[in-house]
Amino acid sequence: MIYIDLLIGFLEVGFLSFGGGYAAIPLIRDVVLSYGWLDEEMLTYMIAVSESSPGPIMVNMATYVGSHKGGILGAVIATVAVVLPAFMIILLIMVLLRKLLQNRYIKAALGGMKPCIIGIILTTGIIMVLRNCGILIGNNTFDILTVVLTCGMGVIYFGSRKVFKKGISPIGLIGLSAIVGAVAYGI
Amino acid sequence: MIALIEKTCVEDKKWISHDEMMDVTVIAESTPGPIAINCATYVGYKQGRMIGSVAATLGMVLPSFILIYVVAQFLDGFLEITWIANAFKGIKIAVGILIIDAALKMLKKMKKKPFQICMVVCSAVLMLLISFFSLDISSMVLMLVAALIGIAVMMIFKTDRQERGTR
Repeated sequence: MIYIDLLIGFLEVGFLSFGGGYAAIPLIRDVVLSYGWLDEEMLTYMIAVSESSPGPIMVNMATYVGSHKGGILGAVIATVAVVLPAFMIILLIMVLLRKLLQNRYIKAALGGMKPCIIGIILTTGIIMVLRNCGILIGNNTFDILTVVLTCGMGVIYFGSRKVFKKGISPIGLIGLSAIVGAVAYGI
Repeated sequence: MIALIEKTCVEDKKWISHDEMMDVTVIAESTPGPIAINCATYVGYKQGRMIGSVAATLGMVLPSFILIYVVAQFLDGFLEITWIANAFKGIKIAVGILIIDAALKMLKKMKKKPFQICMVVCSAVLMLLISFFSLDISSMVLMLVAALIGIAVMMIFKTDRQERGTR
């Protein structure tokens, strides 16, 4: 049943989303693609929508996937499931185990997990770019326009930091890319 | 996000002190879930125990829940409009870049000892192989293995030091 799948899937995501923010994207991608809830295309769109909306990305994504697959009840179940582990663990730490995070086994486990998460996020980003451009991974055909746009946007985004202090914000990049996409793919 | 939480909880409402806020940030880094949710649960429990923590966490989630729920109702229809679909094709490019950027920022902050660097490289290569050969291995499995490796490495080095100490 879809509600039980949503519950289990997003509990998994919620329980392992150490590092917050973008750290949850590879997990959500795994769960969403393996259950077949969204395709790669819609998933990427939703990451952009979640990034541009207020609130944590993983909560936004859970709400969207839940409502897409199971209406309002699905949205509630997925959102609660994704938040519940974080909620329970903070309560546990505050009520019972103030020293829990100083435990050396937990520290060591976290110490192993954090660099692994960074590697996973980095690769997820690279895979999404390659797949989008149709290079090596996935079934897309090689798309020279996308390659050119990707390089251009990359140079603008990272280069803007050299020109002015903070550079373009993530939402700024999403807005810019929407305009570029509408023009470049429209012609 | 953290700046906004600090302004509301520490300066305006004085629910927690600045030191406690630092405390929450550290706890949030070592617990799953977004820092905003972790903070809300923490502050809620401080101020109103169980009910407080539920209320604060709900308060943090509800606005984005409603917004995204509404957006979800319209998004599919929007995507049938050609120029919006094209705009989203452009946005796909941005998303890839943003995810790489997020990882690079985390990489910059990380302690760069051989162990950490080795873990980053191994997990990145494994992920690449998994998706290249479309293997059915979830990144959650990689994370759990990494946690076990962390514990194993800690125990090996610890017994090393103990042995040296007793000699």
